[in-house]
Amino acid sequence: MIMTNCKSSRNKLLKTIQKHWQLYMMALPAMVLLFLFSYLPMGGLVVAFKRYTLEGGIFGSPWSDPWYKNFELLFRNNPDAFIAIRNTLLLNAMFIAVGTVFSVTLALCFNELHSQIYKKITQSISFLPYFISSVVVGIFVSGLLAYDTGSINSLIVTLGGKKINFYMEPKYWPFILLVVNIWKGAGYSSIVYLAAISGIDGAYYEAAEIDGATRMQQIWYVTLPLLRPTVIILTILSVGRIMNADFGLFYNVTRDIPTLYPTVDVIDTYIYRALRKIGDIGISSATGFFQSVVSFVLVVVCNKIANKIEEGSALF
Amino acid sequence: MNTMKSSLRQRVTLGHVLVVIFIGMFAAMCLYPFLLVISGSFTTNIAAKTYGFSLIPREFTTAAYKTLFSNSQAIVSAYKVTVFVTVVGTFLSIVINTMIAFTLSRQMLPGRRIINLYVLITMLFNGGMVPWYLICTRYLHLQDTIFALIVPMLVGAWDIFLIRNYFQSIPNEMYECAKIDGAGDFYILFRIYFPLGKPVIATVVLFTALGYWNDWWHALMLVEVQSLQPLQMLLRAIISNIQFLQTMDSSPQVQQMMASIPGDGIRMALVIITTGPIILLYPFIQRYFVKGIMVGSIKG
Repeated sequence: MIMTNCKSSRNKLLKTIQKHWQLYMMALPAMVLLFLFSYLPMGGLVVAFKRYTLEGGIFGSPWSDPWYKNFELLFRNNPDAFIAIRNTLLLNAMFIAVGTVFSVTLALCFNELHSQIYKKITQSISFLPYFISSVVVGIFVSGLLAYDTGSINSLIVTLGGKKINFYMEPKYWPFILLVVNIWKGAGYSSIVYLAAISGIDGAYYEAAEIDGATRMQQIWYVTLPLLRPTVIILTILSVGRIMNADFGLFYNVTRDIPTLYPTVDVIDTYIYRALRKIGDIGISSATGFFQSVVSFVLVVVCNKIANKIEEGSALF
Repeated sequence: MNTMKSSLRQRVTLGHVLVVIFIGMFAAMCLYPFLLVISGSFTTNIAAKTYGFSLIPREFTTAAYKTLFSNSQAIVSAYKVTVFVTVVGTFLSIVINTMIAFTLSRQMLPGRRIINLYVLITMLFNGGMVPWYLICTRYLHLQDTIFALIVPMLVGAWDIFLIRNYFQSIPNEMYECAKIDGAGDFYILFRIYFPLGKPVIATVVLFTALGYWNDWWHALMLVEVQSLQPLQMLLRAIISNIQFLQTMDSSPQVQQMMASIPGDGIRMALVIITTGPIILLYPFIQRYFVKGIMVGSIKG
């Protein structure tokens, strides 16, 4: 009885595969690639617990002794790693907070424009920066900030001030990166908010108008409250990624100048340096392990929260 | 009634003027660096040194472009690499992502949920840079091959789900009917679903192509040979070379040499050559981007 059951279920499986083999074939290439470039590196995280040797590679190297050796190196007496983690969290938090406020404001303003042509043109221009690489952004920034040729310095001189050597002064960079980040992303993310605004039922505004609400009051009492779920969810989802810095921004725009590290070095640039410049697999893999695990927990928790607030809004 | 209401809404107030100005200023801010770089590429080095860059070149020159084109070997080679990677990468990526998206959109398919989870997990968790680098170099031997610039970027969970969602919105009867007529799944996908999915696939094509065109990360990590450097890396290399010369050597000869080469100008001319195609195509493709962002924002 059991044997026939087993046999029939195996037959059933074979039949299913036979019937749908083309569909399974279609999924195969992507699954193989995901295995190679996503799942193998996930498995490769064990290297954080190993004493990496060239001969052994990821899987053949001996375990480190004690098992937390690499993490000890990372967390004990390592101010650089501490600075990188702190910078990642603070800068990303600032990007999320200021960026969200700015994008929402931008979307509200776009929504107020009467002239459709003006709206279309300015909107197109505003998300143009999203489409260029961070290498080019870095050159734009140096065109503005360079000591000799930068247009900001020539403006300062014209106004009678003294030139600032921006690339030697860490204190300006959180603000510079914030501006660059908004410049690059605000036009793009305002589209999402604009989509949400245009989905609001016009009846709300008509009712508000009948009650004598001014345009400003309509924005404050109708648009913003109805926009709130979208804002909250997008913010929560970006908080889930707060441990991951935009490597291009921090590497190309700051030109990877060591003088600026105190304020702009982030986890991703720290790992990159430890891996490629210093070649320290131990510390870089421990940092990466820390980042991956914390990120994973944050993403899952944030998605759960987003789903609680609005059903079906999260990734899963 | 209708006209009255709209006239009421269209009334120009001080607030509205401020909004128009704010939007105008932001747009100008977004455009300004582009104009600055265009002008900068035509500015002589001396003018740039004395006055800084401005929106209109004070002393007009095409020296930067001349220098670039007289040593055009590196540029032509980088252009070839970038174009090849973009075309081949985008094509393969679309085919591969569309295929698995089609599989995932067949709701009745046994095992669909498992494949879905398999893709979803890659969005939530990743091994990070170090294991990825070790896998690519040590086990897959991608270092210094053209594949390093194409293969790692082929599959993206986000694109897969975007296309899958669109396919799911197509009535299932379409699939059933084609099946009854004896069509295979590959035929159904490429002859029926692919054309139907054009709006969303166009968006994914554009984002993918842009990703390949702008990619420098994979070259930075995996490619060292000169002949395989893409445009973005050439741009990076030129920046750091100029920087290197400027910072390392202040001897009069080198400084004189630096003055004769329009350093910043060359850099900016190269930006124009690199970014030019995007800017030129931009007016035609931007509506797809807007649509894509809207579609993507609804649900991943």
